[in-house]
Amino acid sequence: MEVLQLIIYGIVLGSVITLGAIGVSLIFGILRFAHFAHGDMMTVGAYLALVGVGVLQWPMPVVFPLALAGTALVGIGIDRVIYRPLRKASPIIMLISSVGTALMLRSLVQIVWGPDNKIYEAGIDIPYRIWGLRIKPDQITIVLGAFALVVLLHLFLHRTRMGKAMRATSDNIDLAKVSGINTERVVLWTWIIAAAMAAAGGIFLGIDTRLNPIMGWRILLPVFTASILGGIGSIYGAIFGGLLIGVVQELSTLFISPAYKPAVAFGIMVIMLVVRPRGLLGGRQ
Amino acid sequence: MELSGLAGYAIFFFTVAGIYAVLALGLNVQWGYTGQINIGVAAFFAVGAYTSAILTTAPSPGHVGGFELPFVAGLIGAMICAGILAFFVGLVTLKLRGDYLAIASIGIAEIVRLFLKNEEWLTNGVRGIPAIPKPLSGLVVGGDPLLFLCVILFFVVLTYLVLERLFCSPWVRVLRAIRANEDAVLAAGKHVLWFRVEAFVFGSMIMGLGGALYAHFTMFISPEAFDPMFGTFLVWVMLIAGGSGNNKGALLGAVIIWGVWSGTEIFTSQLPDALVTRASALRIFLIGLLLEVILILRPQGLLPERPPKLSGSE
Repeated sequence: MEVLQLIIYGIVLGSVITLGAIGVSLIFGILRFAHFAHGDMMTVGAYLALVGVGVLQWPMPVVFPLALAGTALVGIGIDRVIYRPLRKASPIIMLISSVGTALMLRSLVQIVWGPDNKIYEAGIDIPYRIWGLRIKPDQITIVLGAFALVVLLHLFLHRTRMGKAMRATSDNIDLAKVSGINTERVVLWTWIIAAAMAAAGGIFLGIDTRLNPIMGWRILLPVFTASILGGIGSIYGAIFGGLLIGVVQELSTLFISPAYKPAVAFGIMVIMLVVRPRGLLGGRQ
Repeated sequence: MELSGLAGYAIFFFTVAGIYAVLALGLNVQWGYTGQINIGVAAFFAVGAYTSAILTTAPSPGHVGGFELPFVAGLIGAMICAGILAFFVGLVTLKLRGDYLAIASIGIAEIVRLFLKNEEWLTNGVRGIPAIPKPLSGLVVGGDPLLFLCVILFFVVLTYLVLERLFCSPWVRVLRAIRANEDAVLAAGKHVLWFRVEAFVFGSMIMGLGGALYAHFTMFISPEAFDPMFGTFLVWVMLIAGGSGNNKGALLGAVIIWGVWSGTEIFTSQLPDALVTRASALRIFLIGLLLEVILILRPQGLLPERPPKLSGSE
């Protein structure tokens, strides 16, 4: 029973990780660099939602899409100001630059909201009890919300022109350019989707636990691991990797000290890099 | 400020700048020479600091050691331990794309941080290790800080000279060739992975040395002393601002960026307590901004890399 309970927690955590990993994978597929500021983008999304819920007192369902849109704007802005001038340099330089961006975003959140923990709403979320398992309504919201977003993304990638262009660019950027795809527009949409997904992940993480300026940085390692596990650059791999990492991280508390829970993701990554660096579902090396 | 206070501050300033300079030189071997992205500088720094602390302190009931070994033994031990850690990290990640090393290195930093905090039998946990001996202390009354600065400068100069000498060697020529065109080096029959591991281990050993020097400088270390992200980031900004691939650049960057960082602290320390945490966040923001500006406007840094003259080409 305890195992089942941990698996449930793992799926909730995994939903959050998945939403981050999708963005990391998209950005890696199109722009070819590991985006180190992605965790902090999740933080920004979570805090933007806090403005709506805490200051303006709007209900979460209204605030949620607005926070996603706001974070998408932040993503576009960062790309325009910081990454675009570096795009002609090597992707490695963009990676280093994204580490700087990560620290800038984190310290900006700290300047505006302070270093303390925050929550969206006070009060206890009374868990449902089903066959002895405890499930909070918030956790159901998180998993269903993440699922809905993933379905929307799937439809976008397969049913729209822009989605198809994105997949083509990710497969082979030169071929995409030759066939007349406007890669700058593809990059723009990459940031919109990656940032919005990150914001959703950040808000869900804030609902499940608490908001903290370092929350996104702390989850960055599992997010990267999830995208490597699924094969970096592959979106469906990221979904699979996210859920797997979430569940394994929770289950690991049965065997090792919970103090090392954050290190579990790293352990999985090392095994993965040794055994199968292309990821379980293929993808780029 | 009185003159003696000013001199005291100058000694403190250059001691810390010297420790950062050692770290920046270590990173220069990895990033500047070979093009490896190590975002876990703090991990190798911390391993070096703890190794030297455990080797040189007096025996303690709280944890393994200390062994009361001399200062130099502590430094050598620190370099060996940091090197061993780097060897295993390098073996796993260096045959893959550079991004994987970058990602794995933040994992290493995280694991080392958790390990130092939780393994009390070895590190005394969050209580830290106190009373780390300072070399040459007590020789001249009141002269300890100045003498220790001399020790630091000795190691900075030593590291610098070794790296400068190496810069003209065939070994570094291969490393720089790997950075420029890996396939060509493979075609020339070099064992690329092996060279990469060597460079990564060597750079990390220098970082371990920096950590050991830091431990003997502060005489007390605890897991809280290492903000992994920030320490690493500052060293990166130093190297990129000074000039990646140029050892003089690494030294210059360490002094300038440490100057900017500690200089802004003088202003923020005047602020009321309520604003202090926000002000330090503002300083981190500005250092991040500085990095972005340098990367966009002057990616080669203040002192760009100068390829060594080929012998015979006058």
